[in-house]
Amino acid sequence: MLEIFTAAFWEKYGSLLLDGTIDTLIMVVISTIFAYLIGLPLGVLLVLTGDHGIWPHKNLNRVLTWIINIGRSLPFIILMIAIMDFTKLLVGTKIGVRGAIVPLVVSAAPFIARMVETSLAEVDAGVVEAAQSMGASIPQIVWKVYLPEAKPSLVLGGAISVITILAYTAIAGAVGAGGLGDLAIRYGYNRKVPSMMLVTVIFLIVLVQIIQFVFSRVSNRIDKRLK
Amino acid sequence: MSESIIQIQHLNKTFGTGETAVHALEDINLDIRQGEIFGIIGLSGAGKSTLVRCMNLLERPTSGSITVNGQRLAWMEGEKLTTISERELRLARRNVTMIFQSFNLLMQRTCLQNVCFPMELSGLPRQQQRKRAMELLDLVGLRDKADAYPAQLSGGQKQRVAIARSLATDPKVLLCDEATSALDPNTTASILTLLKDLNQKLGVTVVVITHQMSVIEEICSRVAILDGGVIAEQGRVEDIFSNPKTEIGRQLVYPGGVQIDRLHAARVIRIAFNGGSSDEPLIASLAIDCGVKVNILGADTRSIEGKAFGTMLLGLPEDPGDAAKALQYIRSQPNITVEEVENHA
Ligand SMILES: Nc1ncnc2c1ncn2[C@@H]1O[C@H](COP(=O)(O)OP(=O)(O)O)[C@@H](O)[C@H]1O
Ligand SMILES: [Mg+2]
Repeated sequence: MLEIFTAAFWEKYGSLLLDGTIDTLIMVVISTIFAYLIGLPLGVLLVLTGDHGIWPHKNLNRVLTWIINIGRSLPFIILMIAIMDFTKLLVGTKIGVRGAIVPLVVSAAPFIARMVETSLAEVDAGVVEAAQSMGASIPQIVWKVYLPEAKPSLVLGGAISVITILAYTAIAGAVGAGGLGDLAIRYGYNRKVPSMMLVTVIFLIVLVQIIQFVFSRVSNRIDKRLK
Repeated sequence: MSESIIQIQHLNKTFGTGETAVHALEDINLDIRQGEIFGIIGLSGAGKSTLVRCMNLLERPTSGSITVNGQRLAWMEGEKLTTISERELRLARRNVTMIFQSFNLLMQRTCLQNVCFPMELSGLPRQQQRKRAMELLDLVGLRDKADAYPAQLSGGQKQRVAIARSLATDPKVLLCDEATSALDPNTTASILTLLKDLNQKLGVTVVVITHQMSVIEEICSRVAILDGGVIAEQGRVEDIFSNPKTEIGRQLVYPGGVQIDRLHAARVIRIAFNGGSSDEPLIASLAIDCGVKVNILGADTRSIEGKAFGTMLLGLPEDPGDAAKALQYIRSQPNITVEEVENHA
Protein backbone atom coordinates (compact mmCIF):
# COMPACT_ATOMS: atom_id res chain seq x y z
CA MET A 1 0.00 0.00 0.00
CA LEU A 2 2.87 2.33 0.69
CA GLU A 3 3.31 2.12 -3.04
CA ILE A 4 1.05 5.15 -3.36
CA PHE A 5 3.88 7.26 -2.02
CA THR A 6 6.24 6.17 -4.79
CA ALA A 7 6.92 8.05 -8.00
CA ALA A 8 6.56 4.83 -10.00
CA PHE A 9 2.93 4.44 -8.97
CA TRP A 10 2.01 7.94 -10.02
CA GLU A 11 3.94 7.60 -13.27
CA LYS A 12 1.98 4.49 -14.08
CA TYR A 13 -1.49 5.52 -12.88
CA GLY A 14 -1.31 9.29 -12.55
CA SER A 15 -2.88 10.18 -15.85
CA LEU A 16 -5.57 7.49 -15.44
CA LEU A 17 -6.48 8.96 -12.08
CA LEU A 18 -6.50 12.46 -13.44
CA ASP A 19 -8.76 11.47 -16.34
CA GLY A 20 -10.99 9.52 -13.97
CA THR A 21 -11.32 12.48 -11.65
CA ILE A 22 -12.10 14.80 -14.55
CA ASP A 23 -14.70 12.37 -15.92
CA THR A 24 -16.30 12.13 -12.50
CA LEU A 25 -16.38 15.90 -12.12
CA ILE A 26 -17.89 16.35 -15.59
CA MET A 27 -20.60 13.80 -14.85
CA VAL A 28 -21.36 15.38 -11.49
CA VAL A 29 -21.47 18.96 -12.74
CA ILE A 30 -23.51 18.35 -15.88
CA SER A 31 -25.93 15.95 -14.18
CA THR A 32 -26.40 18.34 -11.28
CA ILE A 33 -27.21 21.21 -13.63
CA PHE A 34 -29.76 19.22 -15.62
CA ALA A 35 -31.20 17.56 -12.52
CA TYR A 36 -31.79 20.98 -10.99
CA LEU A 37 -33.32 22.29 -14.21
CA ILE A 38 -35.95 19.58 -13.78
CA GLY A 39 -36.02 19.11 -10.00
CA LEU A 40 -36.17 22.76 -8.95
CA PRO A 41 -39.36 23.63 -10.87
CA LEU A 42 -40.89 20.34 -9.75
CA GLY A 43 -40.11 21.15 -6.12
CA VAL A 44 -41.55 24.64 -6.49
CA LEU A 45 -44.71 23.21 -8.09
CA LEU A 46 -45.05 20.72 -5.25
CA VAL A 47 -45.09 23.56 -2.73
CA LEU A 48 -47.38 25.84 -4.76
CA THR A 49 -49.96 23.15 -5.52
CA GLY A 50 -49.97 21.66 -2.01
CA ASP A 51 -52.92 21.95 0.39
CA HIS A 52 -51.52 25.09 1.99
CA GLY A 53 -49.85 26.35 -1.15
CA ILE A 54 -50.67 29.61 -2.88
CA TRP A 55 -51.92 27.76 -5.97
CA PRO A 56 -53.68 24.66 -4.58
CA HIS A 57 -54.27 21.98 -7.20
CA LYS A 58 -55.01 18.66 -5.61
CA ASN A 59 -54.84 16.55 -8.76
CA LEU A 60 -51.69 18.10 -10.16
CA ASN A 61 -50.07 17.75 -6.77
CA ARG A 62 -51.06 14.09 -6.64
CA VAL A 63 -49.64 13.36 -10.07
CA LEU A 64 -46.37 15.10 -9.23
CA THR A 65 -46.07 13.26 -5.94
CA TRP A 66 -46.76 9.98 -7.69
CA ILE A 67 -44.10 10.54 -10.37
CA ILE A 68 -41.53 11.69 -7.83
CA ASN A 69 -42.17 8.71 -5.59
CA ILE A 70 -41.71 6.30 -8.47
CA GLY A 71 -38.47 8.00 -9.44
CA ARG A 72 -37.23 7.81 -5.89
CA SER A 73 -38.21 4.22 -5.24
CA LEU A 74 -36.04 2.77 -8.01
CA PRO A 75 -32.43 2.03 -6.98
CA PHE A 76 -30.04 3.87 -9.26
CA ILE A 77 -28.47 0.78 -10.78
CA ILE A 78 -31.87 -0.70 -11.72
CA LEU A 79 -33.07 2.58 -13.19
CA MET A 80 -29.90 2.95 -15.20
CA ILE A 81 -30.36 -0.43 -16.85
CA ALA A 82 -34.11 -0.04 -17.22
CA ILE A 83 -33.85 3.17 -19.20
CA MET A 84 -30.87 2.24 -21.38
CA ASP A 85 -32.86 2.36 -24.60
CA PHE A 86 -34.19 5.78 -23.69
CA THR A 87 -30.64 6.91 -22.95
CA LYS A 88 -29.45 5.68 -26.35
CA LEU A 89 -32.30 7.49 -28.03
CA LEU A 90 -31.50 10.71 -26.23
CA VAL A 91 -27.69 10.93 -26.38
CA GLY A 92 -26.79 8.25 -28.90
CA THR A 93 -24.92 5.98 -26.50
CA LYS A 94 -25.60 3.81 -23.47
CA ILE A 95 -22.12 3.99 -22.03
CA GLY A 96 -19.37 6.40 -21.16
CA VAL A 97 -19.74 9.75 -19.51
CA ARG A 98 -22.49 10.79 -21.89
CA GLY A 99 -24.48 7.63 -21.37
CA ALA A 100 -24.27 8.02 -17.60
CA ILE A 101 -25.59 11.56 -17.49
CA VAL A 102 -29.12 10.63 -18.59
CA PRO A 103 -29.83 8.10 -15.82
CA LEU A 104 -28.03 10.34 -13.33
CA VAL A 105 -30.39 13.19 -14.17
CA VAL A 106 -33.49 11.00 -14.19
CA SER A 107 -32.56 9.57 -10.84
CA ALA A 108 -31.46 12.79 -9.14
CA ALA A 109 -34.26 15.09 -10.33
CA PRO A 110 -37.02 13.60 -8.12
CA PHE A 111 -34.63 13.56 -5.21
CA ILE A 112 -33.82 17.21 -5.81
CA ALA A 113 -37.52 18.05 -6.13
CA ARG A 114 -38.02 16.76 -2.58
CA MET A 115 -35.00 18.65 -1.28
CA VAL A 116 -36.28 21.86 -2.84
CA GLU A 117 -39.75 21.23 -1.45
CA THR A 118 -38.31 20.86 2.06
CA SER A 119 -36.28 24.06 1.71
CA LEU A 120 -39.21 26.11 0.45
CA ALA A 121 -41.50 24.72 3.14
CA GLU A 122 -39.18 26.34 5.69
CA VAL A 123 -40.05 29.79 4.36
CA ASP A 124 -42.32 31.48 6.89
CA ALA A 125 -45.92 31.25 5.68
CA GLY A 126 -46.50 34.70 7.19
CA VAL A 127 -43.95 36.25 4.86
CA VAL A 128 -45.65 34.65 1.87
CA GLU A 129 -48.98 35.94 3.12
CA ALA A 130 -47.52 39.42 3.56
CA ALA A 131 -46.39 39.37 -0.07
CA GLN A 132 -49.88 38.29 -1.12
CA SER A 133 -51.39 41.09 0.93
CA MET A 134 -49.21 43.53 -1.03
CA GLY A 135 -50.59 42.27 -4.32
CA ALA A 136 -47.74 39.96 -5.39
CA SER A 137 -48.56 37.54 -8.20
CA ILE A 138 -47.66 33.87 -7.97
CA PRO A 139 -44.52 34.19 -10.16
CA GLN A 140 -43.47 37.23 -8.12
CA ILE A 141 -43.86 35.25 -4.91
CA VAL A 142 -41.75 32.42 -6.34
CA TRP A 143 -38.96 34.68 -7.62
CA LYS A 144 -38.98 37.36 -4.94
CA VAL A 145 -40.02 35.47 -1.83
CA TYR A 146 -39.70 31.69 -1.95
CA LEU A 147 -36.41 31.32 -3.78
CA PRO A 148 -34.46 34.21 -2.21
CA GLU A 149 -35.73 33.48 1.30
CA ALA A 150 -34.91 29.77 0.94
CA LYS A 151 -31.53 30.36 -0.68
CA PRO A 152 -29.30 29.36 2.26
CA SER A 153 -31.31 26.21 2.76
CA LEU A 154 -31.33 25.47 -0.98
CA VAL A 155 -27.54 25.73 -1.02
CA LEU A 156 -27.22 23.33 1.90
CA GLY A 157 -29.57 20.96 0.06
CA GLY A 158 -27.34 21.43 -2.98
CA ALA A 159 -24.44 19.83 -1.09
CA ILE A 160 -26.56 16.77 -0.36
CA SER A 161 -27.69 16.57 -4.00
CA VAL A 162 -24.19 16.88 -5.41
CA ILE A 163 -22.79 14.30 -3.01
CA THR A 164 -25.62 11.92 -3.86
CA ILE A 165 -24.91 12.35 -7.56
CA LEU A 166 -21.22 11.76 -6.91
CA ALA A 167 -22.11 8.47 -5.23
CA TYR A 168 -24.29 7.54 -8.22
CA THR A 169 -21.42 8.20 -10.64
CA ALA A 170 -19.37 5.59 -8.80
CA ILE A 171 -22.19 3.10 -9.33
CA ALA A 172 -22.45 4.14 -12.96
CA GLY A 173 -18.74 3.35 -13.21
CA ALA A 174 -19.59 -0.30 -12.67
CA VAL A 175 -21.44 -0.34 -15.98
CA GLY A 176 -18.87 1.41 -18.05
CA ALA A 177 -19.51 5.07 -17.32
CA GLY A 178 -15.89 5.92 -16.64
CA GLY A 179 -14.71 8.09 -13.77
CA LEU A 180 -13.28 7.20 -10.37
CA GLY A 181 -15.82 4.44 -9.72
CA ASP A 182 -14.79 2.79 -12.95
CA LEU A 183 -11.11 2.90 -11.93
CA ALA A 184 -11.84 1.46 -8.50
CA ILE A 185 -13.63 -1.51 -10.03
CA ARG A 186 -11.39 -2.14 -13.02
CA TYR A 187 -8.04 -1.70 -11.31
CA GLY A 188 -8.75 -2.04 -7.64
CA TYR A 189 -11.01 -5.05 -7.95
CA ASN A 190 -10.58 -6.81 -11.32
CA ARG A 191 -6.82 -6.33 -11.66
CA LYS A 192 -6.09 -6.57 -7.97
CA VAL A 193 -4.23 -3.29 -7.57
CA PRO A 194 -5.20 -2.44 -3.97
CA SER A 195 -3.40 0.91 -4.14
CA MET A 196 -5.76 2.02 -6.89
CA MET A 197 -8.72 1.12 -4.73
CA LEU A 198 -7.20 3.07 -1.88
CA VAL A 199 -6.42 6.13 -3.98
CA THR A 200 -9.86 6.33 -5.60
CA VAL A 201 -11.49 5.98 -2.19
CA ILE A 202 -9.29 8.77 -0.84
CA PHE A 203 -10.13 10.92 -3.86
CA LEU A 204 -13.85 10.39 -3.35
CA ILE A 205 -13.61 11.18 0.36
CA VAL A 206 -11.65 14.35 -0.35
CA LEU A 207 -14.17 15.41 -3.01
CA VAL A 208 -17.08 14.94 -0.61
CA GLN A 209 -15.29 16.92 2.09
CA ILE A 210 -14.54 19.77 -0.28
CA ILE A 211 -18.10 19.89 -1.64
CA GLN A 212 -19.62 19.90 1.83
CA PHE A 213 -17.20 22.53 3.07
CA VAL A 214 -17.73 24.87 0.14
CA PHE A 215 -21.53 24.61 0.15
CA SER A 216 -21.79 25.04 3.93
CA ARG A 217 -19.50 28.01 3.77
CA VAL A 218 -21.49 29.65 0.99
CA SER A 219 -24.80 28.95 2.75
CA ASN A 220 -23.50 30.58 5.91
CA ARG A 221 -22.09 33.50 4.07
CA ILE A 222 -25.33 34.37 2.28
CA ASP A 223 -27.68 33.78 5.20
CA LYS A 224 -28.66 37.17 6.61
CA ARG A 225 -30.59 35.67 9.51
CA LEU A 226 -27.44 34.80 11.40
CA LYS A 227 -25.65 38.12 11.67
CA MET B 1 -69.56 62.32 9.73
CA SER B 2 -67.06 61.48 7.00
CA GLU B 3 -67.51 58.99 4.21
CA SER B 4 -67.23 55.30 4.75
CA ILE B 5 -64.17 53.51 3.40
CA ILE B 6 -64.87 49.91 4.37
CA GLN B 7 -68.38 48.56 4.24
CA ILE B 8 -69.10 45.01 5.22
CA GLN B 9 -72.58 43.60 4.96
CA HIS B 10 -73.96 40.26 6.08
CA LEU B 11 -70.53 38.74 5.99
CA ASN B 12 -70.26 35.05 6.81
CA LYS B 13 -67.23 32.82 6.82
CA THR B 14 -67.38 29.11 7.48
CA PHE B 15 -64.31 26.90 7.47
CA GLY B 16 -64.89 23.32 6.41
CA THR B 17 -68.22 21.63 5.89
CA GLY B 18 -70.65 19.35 7.66
CA GLU B 19 -69.91 18.15 11.18
CA THR B 20 -66.52 19.80 11.46
CA ALA B 21 -67.56 23.19 10.05
CA VAL B 22 -66.36 26.21 12.00
CA HIS B 23 -68.52 29.32 11.74
CA ALA B 24 -65.73 31.84 12.14
CA LEU B 25 -67.88 34.86 11.22
CA GLU B 26 -71.65 35.23 11.29
CA ASP B 27 -73.60 38.08 9.79
CA ILE B 28 -70.97 40.77 10.30
CA ASN B 29 -71.99 44.34 9.45
CA LEU B 30 -69.41 47.08 9.73
CA ASP B 31 -68.99 50.55 8.41
CA ILE B 32 -65.52 52.00 8.85
CA ARG B 33 -65.12 55.67 8.04
CA GLN B 34 -62.45 57.41 6.09
CA GLY B 35 -59.61 58.66 8.26
CA GLU B 36 -60.65 57.05 11.53
CA ILE B 37 -58.82 54.55 13.69
CA PHE B 38 -61.21 51.68 14.11
CA GLY B 39 -60.64 48.90 16.62
CA ILE B 40 -61.76 45.31 16.51
CA ILE B 41 -61.35 43.54 19.80
CA GLY B 42 -62.14 40.05 20.97
CA LEU B 43 -60.72 37.05 22.74
CA SER B 44 -58.45 34.62 20.95
CA GLY B 45 -60.41 32.63 18.38
CA ALA B 46 -63.18 35.24 18.17
CA GLY B 47 -62.62 35.61 14.43
CA LYS B 48 -60.69 38.90 14.37
CA SER B 49 -57.98 37.75 11.99
CA THR B 50 -60.52 36.11 9.72
CA LEU B 51 -62.51 39.33 9.60
CA VAL B 52 -59.53 41.53 8.83
CA ARG B 53 -58.27 39.06 6.22
CA CYS B 54 -61.62 39.33 4.49
CA MET B 55 -61.00 43.06 4.07
CA ASN B 56 -58.29 42.36 1.48
CA LEU B 57 -59.71 38.99 0.43
CA LEU B 58 -56.78 37.05 1.83
CA GLU B 59 -59.71 35.07 3.14
CA ARG B 60 -62.58 34.45 0.77
CA PRO B 61 -65.86 34.90 2.61
CA THR B 62 -68.63 32.31 2.37
CA SER B 63 -71.22 34.99 1.73
CA GLY B 64 -71.81 38.70 2.12
CA SER B 65 -70.44 41.83 0.56
CA ILE B 66 -67.25 43.82 1.08
CA THR B 67 -66.63 47.27 -0.35
CA VAL B 68 -63.31 48.98 0.23
CA ASN B 69 -62.40 52.46 -0.96
CA GLY B 70 -65.46 52.61 -3.17
CA GLN B 71 -64.61 49.34 -4.91
CA ARG B 72 -66.64 46.19 -4.45
CA LEU B 73 -64.29 43.31 -3.65
CA ALA B 74 -66.94 40.68 -3.00
CA TRP B 75 -70.69 40.62 -3.36
CA MET B 76 -73.60 38.24 -3.78
CA GLU B 77 -75.15 37.41 -7.10
CA GLY B 78 -78.19 35.49 -6.03
CA GLU B 79 -76.91 32.76 -3.77
CA LYS B 80 -73.43 32.90 -5.15
CA LEU B 81 -70.48 34.88 -3.85
CA THR B 82 -68.68 36.80 -6.56
CA THR B 83 -65.30 38.46 -6.23
CA ILE B 84 -63.28 40.76 -8.44
CA SER B 85 -60.67 39.09 -10.67
CA GLU B 86 -57.22 38.10 -9.40
CA ARG B 87 -55.68 40.92 -11.41
CA GLU B 88 -58.04 43.58 -10.08
CA LEU B 89 -57.55 42.22 -6.60
CA ARG B 90 -53.77 42.52 -6.82
CA LEU B 91 -54.18 46.17 -7.78
CA ALA B 92 -56.79 46.78 -5.08
CA ARG B 93 -54.44 45.36 -2.45
CA ARG B 94 -52.06 48.27 -2.98
CA ASN B 95 -54.75 50.42 -1.36
CA VAL B 96 -55.34 48.18 1.64
CA THR B 97 -52.08 47.07 3.17
CA MET B 98 -51.42 45.08 6.28
CA ILE B 99 -49.03 44.68 9.18
CA PHE B 100 -48.77 41.60 11.34
CA GLN B 101 -47.96 40.40 14.83
CA SER B 102 -44.88 38.57 13.56
CA PHE B 103 -43.76 41.48 11.31
CA ASN B 104 -43.26 39.14 8.32
CA LEU B 105 -40.26 40.91 6.92
CA LEU B 106 -38.14 39.28 4.23
CA MET B 107 -35.21 38.07 6.29
CA GLN B 108 -32.75 37.94 3.41
CA ARG B 109 -33.33 41.56 2.44
CA THR B 110 -32.11 44.74 4.08
CA CYS B 111 -34.62 47.16 5.58
CA LEU B 112 -34.36 49.37 2.52
CA GLN B 113 -34.96 46.41 0.22
CA ASN B 114 -37.92 45.35 2.33
CA VAL B 115 -39.51 48.77 1.94
CA CYS B 116 -38.75 48.66 -1.79
CA PHE B 117 -40.51 45.31 -2.13
CA PRO B 118 -44.09 46.52 -2.77
CA MET B 119 -42.76 49.09 -5.26
CA GLU B 120 -40.81 46.36 -7.04
CA LEU B 121 -44.08 44.44 -7.35
CA SER B 122 -45.79 47.41 -8.92
CA GLY B 123 -42.87 48.02 -11.28
CA LEU B 124 -41.70 51.41 -10.08
CA PRO B 125 -38.25 52.42 -11.45
CA ARG B 126 -35.42 51.49 -9.11
CA GLN B 127 -34.25 55.03 -8.42
CA GLN B 128 -37.74 56.12 -7.38
CA GLN B 129 -38.14 53.03 -5.22
CA ARG B 130 -35.02 53.82 -3.23
CA LYS B 131 -35.85 57.48 -2.86
CA ARG B 132 -39.37 56.74 -1.60
CA ALA B 133 -38.10 53.95 0.66
CA MET B 134 -35.62 56.30 2.32
CA GLU B 135 -38.38 58.84 2.90
CA LEU B 136 -40.53 56.17 4.50
CA LEU B 137 -37.71 54.89 6.70
CA ASP B 138 -37.22 58.49 7.75
CA LEU B 139 -40.90 58.77 8.57
CA VAL B 140 -40.71 55.78 10.93
CA GLY B 141 -37.41 56.97 12.40
CA LEU B 142 -35.16 54.26 11.00
CA ARG B 143 -33.16 56.02 8.31
CA ASP B 144 -29.90 54.83 9.83
CA LYS B 145 -31.00 51.19 9.63
CA ALA B 146 -31.55 51.20 5.87
CA ASP B 147 -28.76 48.72 5.23
CA ALA B 148 -29.34 46.56 8.29
CA TYR B 149 -31.01 43.17 8.02
CA PRO B 150 -34.18 42.42 10.02
CA ALA B 151 -32.29 39.92 12.19
CA GLN B 152 -30.25 42.84 13.53
CA LEU B 153 -33.31 44.80 14.68
CA SER B 154 -35.42 44.77 17.82
CA GLY B 155 -39.10 43.84 17.63
CA GLY B 156 -40.24 47.44 17.66
CA GLN B 157 -37.79 48.36 14.91
CA LYS B 158 -38.97 45.43 12.81
CA GLN B 159 -42.55 46.61 13.15
CA ARG B 160 -41.48 50.10 12.11
CA VAL B 161 -39.88 48.70 8.97
CA ALA B 162 -43.07 46.71 8.32
CA ILE B 163 -45.10 49.91 8.72
CA ALA B 164 -42.80 51.76 6.30
CA ARG B 165 -43.20 48.88 3.86
CA SER B 166 -46.98 48.92 4.24
CA LEU B 167 -47.05 52.61 3.34
CA ALA B 168 -44.95 52.26 0.19
CA THR B 169 -47.94 52.08 -2.12
CA ASP B 170 -49.73 55.05 -0.50
CA PRO B 171 -52.58 52.92 0.84
CA LYS B 172 -55.93 54.30 1.91
CA VAL B 173 -56.30 51.72 4.64
CA LEU B 174 -53.77 50.10 6.95
CA LEU B 175 -54.88 46.85 8.58
CA CYS B 176 -53.03 45.95 11.77
CA ASP B 177 -53.52 42.38 12.94
CA GLU B 178 -52.25 42.21 16.53
CA ALA B 179 -49.42 44.49 15.43
CA THR B 180 -48.29 45.19 18.99
CA SER B 181 -49.06 41.87 20.62
CA ALA B 182 -45.47 40.64 20.39
CA LEU B 183 -44.05 43.85 21.85
CA ASP B 184 -43.37 45.03 25.40
CA PRO B 185 -45.55 47.83 26.83
CA ASN B 186 -43.11 50.66 26.07
CA THR B 187 -42.55 49.56 22.51
CA THR B 188 -46.29 49.03 22.11
CA ALA B 189 -46.90 52.60 23.19
CA SER B 190 -44.36 53.96 20.73
CA ILE B 191 -45.79 51.95 17.83
CA LEU B 192 -49.31 53.10 18.71
CA THR B 193 -48.09 56.69 18.78
CA LEU B 194 -46.54 56.19 15.37
CA LEU B 195 -49.78 54.78 13.98
CA LYS B 196 -51.70 57.72 15.40
CA ASP B 197 -49.21 60.14 13.84
CA LEU B 198 -49.42 58.46 10.47
CA ASN B 199 -53.18 58.50 10.66
CA GLN B 200 -53.10 62.23 11.26
CA LYS B 201 -50.30 63.12 8.84
CA LEU B 202 -51.28 60.91 5.94
CA GLY B 203 -54.98 60.55 6.57
CA VAL B 204 -54.67 56.80 6.25
CA THR B 205 -57.56 54.88 7.80
CA VAL B 206 -56.28 52.42 10.38
CA VAL B 207 -58.02 49.21 11.42
CA VAL B 208 -56.56 47.85 14.64
CA ILE B 209 -57.13 44.24 15.63
CA THR B 210 -56.24 43.41 19.18
CA HIS B 211 -57.17 41.40 22.24
CA GLN B 212 -56.01 44.20 24.56
CA MET B 213 -58.48 46.88 25.58
CA SER B 214 -55.55 49.17 26.43
CA VAL B 215 -54.63 49.35 22.73
CA ILE B 216 -58.17 50.35 21.78
CA GLU B 217 -58.27 52.89 24.58
CA GLU B 218 -54.99 54.37 23.40
CA ILE B 219 -55.76 55.12 19.77
CA CYS B 220 -59.19 54.10 18.54
CA SER B 221 -62.20 56.33 18.04
CA ARG B 222 -64.67 53.52 17.47
CA VAL B 223 -64.58 49.85 18.30
CA ALA B 224 -66.41 46.63 17.50
CA ILE B 225 -66.35 43.77 19.97
CA LEU B 226 -66.22 40.40 18.32
CA ASP B 227 -67.30 37.34 20.24
CA GLY B 228 -67.59 33.87 18.78
CA GLY B 229 -67.74 35.21 15.24
CA VAL B 230 -70.49 37.73 16.03
CA ILE B 231 -70.28 41.45 16.68
CA ALA B 232 -71.47 41.72 20.26
CA GLU B 233 -71.50 45.50 20.29
CA GLN B 234 -69.93 48.39 18.46
CA GLY B 235 -69.78 52.10 18.89
CA ARG B 236 -67.66 54.96 20.14
CA VAL B 237 -64.85 53.81 22.37
CA GLU B 238 -65.92 56.09 25.24
CA ASP B 239 -69.47 54.73 25.12
CA ILE B 240 -68.37 51.13 25.18
CA PHE B 241 -65.89 51.91 27.93
CA SER B 242 -68.29 53.72 30.13
CA ASN B 243 -71.10 51.32 29.68
CA PRO B 244 -70.39 47.97 28.13
CA LYS B 245 -73.73 46.38 27.40
CA THR B 246 -72.71 42.80 26.85
CA GLU B 247 -71.04 40.23 29.04
CA ILE B 248 -68.06 40.04 26.68
CA GLY B 249 -67.85 43.83 26.69
CA ARG B 250 -67.67 43.92 30.47
CA GLN B 251 -65.13 41.13 30.45
CA LEU B 252 -62.88 43.07 28.06
CA VAL B 253 -63.33 46.45 29.74
CA TYR B 254 -62.75 45.04 33.21
CA PRO B 255 -60.35 42.17 32.78
CA GLY B 256 -60.05 41.93 36.58
CA GLY B 257 -63.75 41.27 36.68
CA VAL B 258 -66.30 42.22 39.28
CA GLN B 259 -67.76 39.10 40.77
CA ILE B 260 -71.42 39.92 41.17
CA ASP B 261 -72.33 36.56 42.56
CA ARG B 262 -70.24 37.16 45.65
CA LEU B 263 -72.25 40.22 46.64
CA HIS B 264 -74.93 40.12 49.23
CA ALA B 265 -76.66 43.46 49.22
CA ALA B 266 -80.41 43.42 48.74
CA ARG B 267 -80.34 45.43 45.54
CA VAL B 268 -77.28 46.07 43.44
CA ILE B 269 -76.98 48.74 40.82
CA ARG B 270 -74.28 49.40 38.31
CA ILE B 271 -73.61 53.05 37.60
CA ALA B 272 -71.61 54.12 34.62
CA PHE B 273 -69.64 57.34 34.42
CA ASN B 274 -69.89 58.72 30.92
CA GLY B 275 -67.30 61.39 30.94
CA GLY B 276 -68.19 63.75 33.78
CA SER B 277 -65.44 65.40 35.73
CA SER B 278 -63.25 62.80 37.39
CA ASP B 279 -63.41 63.95 40.97
CA GLU B 280 -67.08 64.21 41.54
CA PRO B 281 -67.51 62.69 44.97
CA LEU B 282 -70.80 61.03 44.19
CA ILE B 283 -70.89 58.68 47.13
CA ALA B 284 -70.03 61.39 49.61
CA SER B 285 -72.62 63.80 48.25
CA LEU B 286 -75.18 61.02 48.31
CA ALA B 287 -74.61 60.68 52.03
CA ILE B 288 -74.72 64.44 52.58
CA ASP B 289 -77.61 65.36 50.30
CA CYS B 290 -79.95 62.43 51.01
CA GLY B 291 -78.52 60.97 54.15
CA VAL B 292 -78.29 57.56 52.56
CA LYS B 293 -75.27 55.33 52.75
CA VAL B 294 -74.49 52.94 49.94
CA ASN B 295 -71.77 50.33 49.75
CA ILE B 296 -69.24 50.36 46.98
CA LEU B 297 -69.04 46.74 45.99
CA GLY B 298 -66.68 47.14 43.16
CA ALA B 299 -65.31 49.88 41.00
CA ASP B 300 -63.34 50.16 37.83
CA THR B 301 -63.12 53.73 36.79
CA ARG B 302 -60.50 55.45 34.76
CA SER B 303 -59.90 58.85 33.39
CA ILE B 304 -59.60 59.43 29.67
CA GLU B 305 -58.62 62.88 28.56
CA GLY B 306 -59.61 64.26 31.97
CA LYS B 307 -63.08 62.72 31.98
CA ALA B 308 -64.31 59.92 34.16
CA PHE B 309 -65.24 56.65 32.56
CA GLY B 310 -65.98 53.27 33.99
CA THR B 311 -68.45 51.67 36.26
CA MET B 312 -69.10 51.16 39.92
CA LEU B 313 -71.22 48.54 41.57
CA LEU B 314 -73.22 49.86 44.49
CA GLY B 315 -75.21 47.96 47.07
CA LEU B 316 -78.33 49.91 48.00
CA PRO B 317 -79.60 50.12 51.58
CA GLU B 318 -81.99 47.39 52.83
CA ASP B 319 -84.70 49.97 53.49
CA PRO B 320 -86.80 50.29 50.27
CA GLY B 321 -87.45 53.99 50.89
CA ASP B 322 -83.77 54.82 51.27
CA ALA B 323 -82.95 52.70 48.27
CA ALA B 324 -85.47 54.52 46.11
CA LYS B 325 -84.16 57.88 47.32
CA ALA B 326 -80.57 56.96 46.48
CA LEU B 327 -81.58 55.67 43.10
CA GLN B 328 -83.45 58.83 42.29
CA TYR B 329 -80.54 60.97 43.37
CA ILE B 330 -78.07 59.06 41.23
CA ARG B 331 -80.39 59.13 38.25
CA SER B 332 -80.55 62.92 38.49
CA GLN B 333 -76.77 63.28 38.04
CA PRO B 334 -75.44 64.32 34.66
CA ASN B 335 -73.21 61.94 32.73
CA ILE B 336 -74.16 58.96 34.81
CA THR B 337 -76.33 56.06 33.78
CA VAL B 338 -77.79 53.58 36.19
CA GLU B 339 -78.73 50.00 35.64
CA GLU B 340 -80.06 47.54 38.14
CA VAL B 341 -78.12 44.33 38.32
CA GLU B 342 -80.33 41.31 38.43
CA ASN B 343 -79.69 37.69 39.25
CA HIS B 344 -77.07 38.37 41.82
CA ALA B 345 -77.01 35.68 44.44
N1 LIG C 1 -57.83 28.30 7.79
C1 LIG C 1 -58.66 27.91 8.77
N2 LIG C 1 -59.23 26.68 8.74
C2 LIG C 1 -60.09 26.29 9.70
N3 LIG C 1 -60.45 27.03 10.75
C3 LIG C 1 -59.91 28.26 10.86
C4 LIG C 1 -59.00 28.77 9.87
N4 LIG C 1 -58.63 30.02 10.23
C5 LIG C 1 -59.29 30.28 11.37
N5 LIG C 1 -60.07 29.24 11.76
C6 LIG C 1 -60.95 29.18 12.93
O1 LIG C 1 -61.76 30.32 12.92
C7 LIG C 1 -61.91 30.84 14.22
C8 LIG C 1 -61.46 32.28 14.26
O2 LIG C 1 -60.07 32.35 14.07
P1 LIG C 1 -59.28 33.72 14.01
O3 LIG C 1 -59.92 34.61 13.04
O4 LIG C 1 -57.84 33.39 13.77
O5 LIG C 1 -59.45 34.29 15.47
P2 LIG C 1 -58.68 35.46 16.23
O6 LIG C 1 -57.81 36.17 15.25
O7 LIG C 1 -59.74 36.30 16.80
O8 LIG C 1 -57.88 34.80 17.31
C9 LIG C 1 -61.13 29.93 15.14
O9 LIG C 1 -62.02 29.00 15.70
C10 LIG C 1 -60.16 29.26 14.22
O10 LIG C 1 -59.85 27.99 14.70
MG1 LIG D 1 -55.70 36.45 15.21
